Amino acid sequence: MEAIAFYLFSVITIGMFAIVVFSKNALYAMSALAGGMIAISGFFFMLDADFLGAVQIIVYTGAVMALYAFGMMFFDTTKDVKENIKEDKIVNALWISAVVILIVIVSVPFVSDHIMLDASTSDYKVIGANNPQAVGIFLFTKYLVQFELAAVMLLVAMIAGIILVSKKMDISLTTTVEEKIEKEEFDIKDAK
Amino acid sequence: MITLTHYLVLSAILFSIGLAGVIRRKNLLLLFFSTEIMLNAANIGFAAIGKFYGDLTGQMVAFFIIAVAASEVAVGLGLLVLWYKRTGTIDLESMQEMKG
Repeated sequence: MEAIAFYLFSVITIGMFAIVVFSKNALYAMSALAGGMIAISGFFFMLDADFLGAVQIIVYTGAVMALYAFGMMFFDTTKDVKENIKEDKIVNALWISAVVILIVIVSVPFVSDHIMLDASTSDYKVIGANNPQAVGIFLFTKYLVQFELAAVMLLVAMIAGIILVSKKMDISLTTTVEEKIEKEEFDIKDAK
Repeated sequence: MITLTHYLVLSAILFSIGLAGVIRRKNLLLLFFSTEIMLNAANIGFAAIGKFYGDLTGQMVAFFIIAVAASEVAVGLGLLVLWYKRTGTIDLESMQEMKG
């Protein structure tokens, strides 16, 4: 049963992400990415990481993909993405060999079964409490400082996003060039 | 029986797809998508190792990766929108200011 679920989700995820990487249309790529994220949350549920799976759906498919969809309103997404992909033999050879090496590195334990998992050394076992409770306990005791730092980082990112996008929203920057914008700013200052 | 190695191989394959995207694509938005794929691949690896060790630290690292990814999207997309307003393109080659 677990094997069926694993292979099903693997095929879905790899297929979706392959569409993202090789699709010509940005809208298709975004939809495929959202689908792949949902499938990834399936792995988290299989790995007994219930809370992580829920967070994956809420944060990735809820917030991040919504943000991308919002950002894509600014770009012309109905047209196919025109890219100047040079079919350079060296680049192709490099990325294919990087992929092969990476998979070999990770799958070597298949062949030589030298990596033994020693669960007895672990201090932080999931004892008794189910996953969301255990996550909460660890997050607010051992990882409290990191949690607060992440909160500050998200706040900084939010402010940065607001400032970057909303600046000069009353002027259309798509049709005007930079000097003209600066000139308009001078005009506004003069008017004041 | 699904073992840790299955998950690690899956994680490596997904990471490789993301890496191929980062190397190959020229559109900045699709580069962001490829980065998300790589971050997710790392998350699967962390969660799997955490489970097979019986340790929650892997999940914790995955949480912080998700937080980092969310901040990255907020700032990166802001910069991207700004760049598109300035130049009218989100092609990577429009950022090549230096000739050489």
